[in-house]
This record gives sequence, C-alpha cells and structure tokens, in this order.
Amino acid sequence: MADTANDPWSSASAAAPDAANPWATDTAATSTPANPYAAAPPPEGSDAWVTGEAASSFIEAPASAGEPGFALHQLWDGSLPVQDWINQGLDWAVAHLRPFFLAVRGPVDSLLGGVEAAMQYPPTLVMIGLLSLLAWQLAGGALAVATLLSLLVIAMLGIWPDAMVTLSLVLTSLAFCVLIGLPLGILLARSDRVQRMVRPVLDAMQTTPAFVYLVPVVMLFGIGNVPGVIVTIIFALPPLVRLTNLGIRQVRPDLVEAAKAYGASPWQLLTKVQLPLAMPSIMAGVNQSLMLSLSMVVIASMIAVGGLGLMVLRGIGRLDMGLATVGGLGIVILAIILDRVTQTMGQPKRDQSLRWYMRGPVGLLWRARRPAAQPVAGAADPAAA
Amino acid sequence: MAKTIRIEHVFKVFGDTPERALALASEGWSKQDIVAQTGQSIGVFDASFTIEAGEIFVVMGLSGSGKSTLVRLLNRLIEPTAGRILVDGQNINDFNDARLREFRRRDISMVFQSFALLPHLTVLDNTAFGLELAGVDKPTRLAQARAALAQVGLEIWAKAYPDELSGGMQQRVGLARALAADPAILLMDEAFSALDPIIRTDMQDELLRLQQEKRRTIVFISHDLDEAMRIGDRIAIMKDGQVVQVGTPEEILRRPADDYVRNFIRGVDAAAVFKAGDIARKTQVEVSEAPTRGCRPALKRLQDQDRDWGYVVGLDHQYLGTVSGDSLRAALHGHEGPLGLAHAFVPGIAPVPAATPIHELIGLVAQISAPLPVVTDQGKLLGTISKNTLLKFLDRSTDAEGRPLPSTTPTAAEAAA
Repeated sequence: MADTANDPWSSASAAAPDAANPWATDTAATSTPANPYAAAPPPEGSDAWVTGEAASSFIEAPASAGEPGFALHQLWDGSLPVQDWINQGLDWAVAHLRPFFLAVRGPVDSLLGGVEAAMQYPPTLVMIGLLSLLAWQLAGGALAVATLLSLLVIAMLGIWPDAMVTLSLVLTSLAFCVLIGLPLGILLARSDRVQRMVRPVLDAMQTTPAFVYLVPVVMLFGIGNVPGVIVTIIFALPPLVRLTNLGIRQVRPDLVEAAKAYGASPWQLLTKVQLPLAMPSIMAGVNQSLMLSLSMVVIASMIAVGGLGLMVLRGIGRLDMGLATVGGLGIVILAIILDRVTQTMGQPKRDQSLRWYMRGPVGLLWRARRPAAQPVAGAADPAAA
Repeated sequence: MAKTIRIEHVFKVFGDTPERALALASEGWSKQDIVAQTGQSIGVFDASFTIEAGEIFVVMGLSGSGKSTLVRLLNRLIEPTAGRILVDGQNINDFNDARLREFRRRDISMVFQSFALLPHLTVLDNTAFGLELAGVDKPTRLAQARAALAQVGLEIWAKAYPDELSGGMQQRVGLARALAADPAILLMDEAFSALDPIIRTDMQDELLRLQQEKRRTIVFISHDLDEAMRIGDRIAIMKDGQVVQVGTPEEILRRPADDYVRNFIRGVDAAAVFKAGDIARKTQVEVSEAPTRGCRPALKRLQDQDRDWGYVVGLDHQYLGTVSGDSLRAALHGHEGPLGLAHAFVPGIAPVPAATPIHELIGLVAQISAPLPVVTDQGKLLGTISKNTLLKFLDRSTDAEGRPLPSTTPTAAEAAA
C-alpha cells in the first residue's frame, strides 16, 4: 500500500529534472515554462504542496538564470536549485535504497509488534494490576496507587486499547533511543571532536519541524506504526544523547583521576565511575525522551499511526472536541505516570540493606520464599510479564 | 618492599610544541628565557633527585610551582615530556597500558586533597575500590578493605557513605583506600591541606604511626613548611617547576640554597625543628671527677679562667653535676684537706636530653642561672646552652650558628656562588 502510494509520486518528480533541461537552454522563455508543470494535476493530495513549491522555484528562477548548469552568481542571487537537488536526492534514495530502509524496518517492526501484542493481550484489569505492580517495584508504593487510579480512569474513559497502542509505541521508541542514545552520548563525552560534529545534527533533529521529515520518512519506510516509531526516535533522541554526554562530562575530574590512579581501565572507568555518577542525568534524559515521544504521538498519527494520537487527530478533523479531549486526556495521564516513575528511578538510592529484589512486590515474594533458600525471584518480577 | 624512585632530568612542558622548549633547554637556556621565547608553559623543569626506599619525601612549593605535576608524573597520570623515572630500576615510561595499570593497582597508590571518594559507594566499597579494579574476588577484597579501615580506626563506619563523614574521617578513608592494596609507594597530594589544623596534626601523627608499622616510600606534597618539617625525612623545595633544594629539614634550615628558600623558611618555627643537641656548645669549663682533683683545684681553674660555672664529668665523660665558684667556696669553708666535688654540686640543675625540642628549653633556661647542660642518651655531656645562645638562636636575623644572616637582596658574591 505504501509502495503504490509512492509510485506516482516518484514518477512525477522524476519528470522534474527532464523539465529543467529544456528550460535551462530556453533563455527567452519567461512566463511559459511553468505552465505545463503547473497544469499537470497533482498526483496525490500530500504531494500538491511539494510540487507547488517546485513550480514556484521555476517561476522565480528565469529572471536571473541565463546560462546552462551552475553559475557562480547563483550562490548569492537565490537561484541555487537546492530544492531540486533535495528532491532528486530523495528520489534517488527511494529508487535505490528502499531495500535497506525496509531492512531497517524489520527490527523496529518486530519489537513494536511484540510489545503491542503483549500490552493488549491481557484483559484490561489484569494489565492495570501488572502495570501498578511494576510502578510499585520501580518507584514505590505511593506512586503505585496513583498509577492504579490513573489507569482506572483511562479504562473508564474507554480508551484502554488506544492507550496501550500509544504506550507500546512510546516504549519501543524509548528502547531504541536508549539503544542508540546511550552509546552515542558516551562517545560524545569521550571526544570533543565527535561532540563538535554531532551537536549540530542534534540541534537539527530537535528543531526541524516534524512535518519536514514526516514526508521523506513515509517515502522511505511507507506509512504505519513503524515510521511513526522512527519519526518519534528522531525527535526524542537528542535530549538523551545530550544529557548522557553532559552527565559523563560533569563527573568530578578528581574522581576520574582517582579511578585512573588506582588502575582503572577505560571500561572500568566508564562502568564503575562515570555511568553510576552520571545516572541521575541519564535518567533525566530518559525522562525527557519519554515526554517528547508522547508529544509526537499526535503528529505521528498523521502517517497512520494508531492509538490516542489518532483519536485526537480524528476529533480535530471532525470538530468532535469530546473525542479529541478524551484522547488528549489519555496522553496526559500516560505522560504523568511515565514522568513520575522515571523521575523516581533517577534518584540515587542509598538504602544498601535493601537490594532491588528486596523491595516492592518482588521483595514480598522474596521474603515469602526466603526459608526455601531460593532468594532469586526473577520469574515473579512483573517486568517479565 | 619499599621502593626507590629515581627521577632523572624530567621535563613536563604543557603546550603545542614541547620539542622546541626541550631543544632550547638542552642548549642550556634558562627556564624563564624558554618560556618567554616559546610561550609554552613549563610544569616541571629538569628535575633530578632520588627518593630513597622507605622515607617520607616531602615536595614543597607554592601553588603553581609544579609540585602536583611532579607527583602525577610518578604514576603517569601526566606523561613526562622528557626524562626518565625509575622505580626500583624500572623505567615506568616504558610500561604499556596493561603494565601501567598493573603498576598502579599493586605498587603505587594515591591520596588526594579533595579526598576523591566515590559518593555512590559505601566506605567499605570505596576502600576496596583499588582491589576491585585489580579483579580481586569479593570476600578477599572486603576482608582486606576491613583490615585497612581498622588501620585508620574507621571499621565501624564501613557501611556509611562518604558524605556522612567529616573531612578528617573522609581523608582517613582515602588513606585506607590507598593502604588496602598494600602498595610500596604512597603518593599524597596535599592530602591534609583541606583539613583544619588540629585534625591535620592528628593525621600527620597517624601517618607517622602507619609508617612505623610498615615502612613505605611516601611522596608527600605540601605547601605547609611546618607540616613538611614535621613529617619529612627529606624535603625538596620547588619553585616555578624547578627543584631548588633537596635535603633534610635541618639542612634546609641551616643552609638554605638561595633567597627563595630563605624566604620560604622564614616563617618556620625553627624551635620546633631543632633539638637541644643542635645548639649545645662546649664553651664552659669541664672538670673531671677524679680522686686527685677535688674542689680546690676546680676552684682554682674557675678563678684562673674567670668563669662562674664548672661542669663535672666522670671518667667516660658522664655528666655528674654542676659546680659554681660560690658553691665550691661554700663547701670548702672551714674544711681542711681534699674534698670531693660532689659536695659542691649546685642543686636544681638537671641535664636535658639532646633530643629535647628547643621550644621546651626556654622555660628551663629561664629558671636556672647556669647554662643548661645537655647530655646524650648515654648520659654523656654534650655541651651547654646559655641564655645567650638560646636568644641568638631564636633571633630570626641570625642563622642557627648565631651568625648574622646576609641581607635578602643577593650580593654579587652570593650570585656568583
């Protein structure tokens, strides 16, 4: 379906370079060249504005362009056909690199599918119970109660399946953000040069309006939940990278020096000193990533991503404010739960007498099974569910 | 066990073109000229000395004198630009990464001014940190860490976190961490400078006690000369990256190498460093207690030499007592024939051991009118300290021998020397 959607589009833009050639030689033409192009009906609604823009560049260009190909004065008189180059580059990528992008789709697809199935399989109340237990384990009793109540509200609003789709989308994006962002942040902290090179990219990822890369992502990956995850990763990755980098760089230099003086290898320095001390900062990055993922949910729904975002989009489209508000409320509730849980996880825990498996619901099981001298209760961890 | 460290012509140049600075240095340029010429910053300039096994070697200097750089060259936290550092004959600059890590884990450890304890680990885990890096298994390293904590008296705090301890206790943990792997060399970078004076003295005592239990080569960085004098077996004084003088505390106080050192030691409480034996003089009359020589010949000697006091020594120069002209005359009054000197001893004059610090002498010298006799551990008379001698010593404008010090502006003769 995605392929058919793209085919007419790529053939239409493939015509663009052809159109440019006769035009460049035609020095006299000032008003006619755009006409055949503009007269051609836009192949699809989403393409109309792109071709329209391309057409406008054709209209403006002739006033100054007199000779064929690239001329020096094009650098400053604004007639450099950058837009064409981007369009041509994208066409080339769509034509030649699609297998690669479809291969990238694979792991995202399978993880997302797995998470989504797992989230939606148990009955609503069972899932609410499991998630509350998880919150208890990760962030303590008070937050577990709040989670329980919030999730009950979501169920009451009748948006539970949509909320689970959104949650699985957000968690999948987070998993990839951590997978990519953590090593990247460590790399940035290690090398000033890498940092100088990567930072503008991060700036671009964060500030480029999502609509700009929505289209190429759709052209390369098609539509659906997977490109939705990819768009979300693009948007949510930078804060995690930045805060990981910052956290590691802010580790007191005398501690790093001490670790080196006691014979730490680079790996030991990273795992025993830098990462533990940067953990609050890294968790703040995870928290920010999650929040940004949730804020992308509505935009991602424009490329046929399901869940709460789609509800909001549909509500706006039909001017059904009730639908939009219910969807929005679901997003807010999810955001608050995720925010509080990750924030609590980011605070360093001091109580050494209690290991993680001695706390929360797992701790209860652990204590119950203590006499059996089999303290590990990993199988009972709600995280495994 | 303890190791010798030899430092041979070590340079550390911070900057982009250290080669140029080194080339100029090998041509015999002075440091100031090289800095002016190349714009490079020089941390350590041509340092050469030997740190003997088992001594406490204090590197002294003001901030920016390169002492912290120097100590970091010893475990290669900073790589030297040129020169060799030999630890028991091995050039540590030849070590590859793995060998260097091994060296740092086993042979050399460091205590930091900022304590540098890991805030996310307990005191016990902090102490065991070096062993953990070395891959020692958990029961062994925790046992060793507990032993190290016991050495500094902190075993009950094993479960606490560093920020729950006071500064002095934190530095004890730092010391325990350094001792845990039982290294041969201990580097202490201004280890006690961040502590308040009383705690600092405690820690110095602690260090001296630990050093008595087991001798290690300790390189101690300090900007506090009193501290250096107190704990140092030998002291190196650095100025602008150059080692100006290396010597025992006494040598440095007695014969400062130049005006910089002289200015440096001006504020030092010399009375705490020097001992009674250092300033005792043999200027008084000594009379031997012998059967043939009694009070009468002794009185005649005092009168002949126009002295008031005589110090009586036995056959092997043992100090026996002090006599004065008055006491001799009083003893001889109405007495016929020879009289033993013991009858004429002036009461209340007790000899002081040679190791008594000078600041403890002031009261004693003030109490008695006679010059104070000073004896060795074996009780032999070493000499006497008169009020005059003591005052001259305490006067900062004279040197330890009582000669006036040269003025602080160097004369032509001094500059030539």
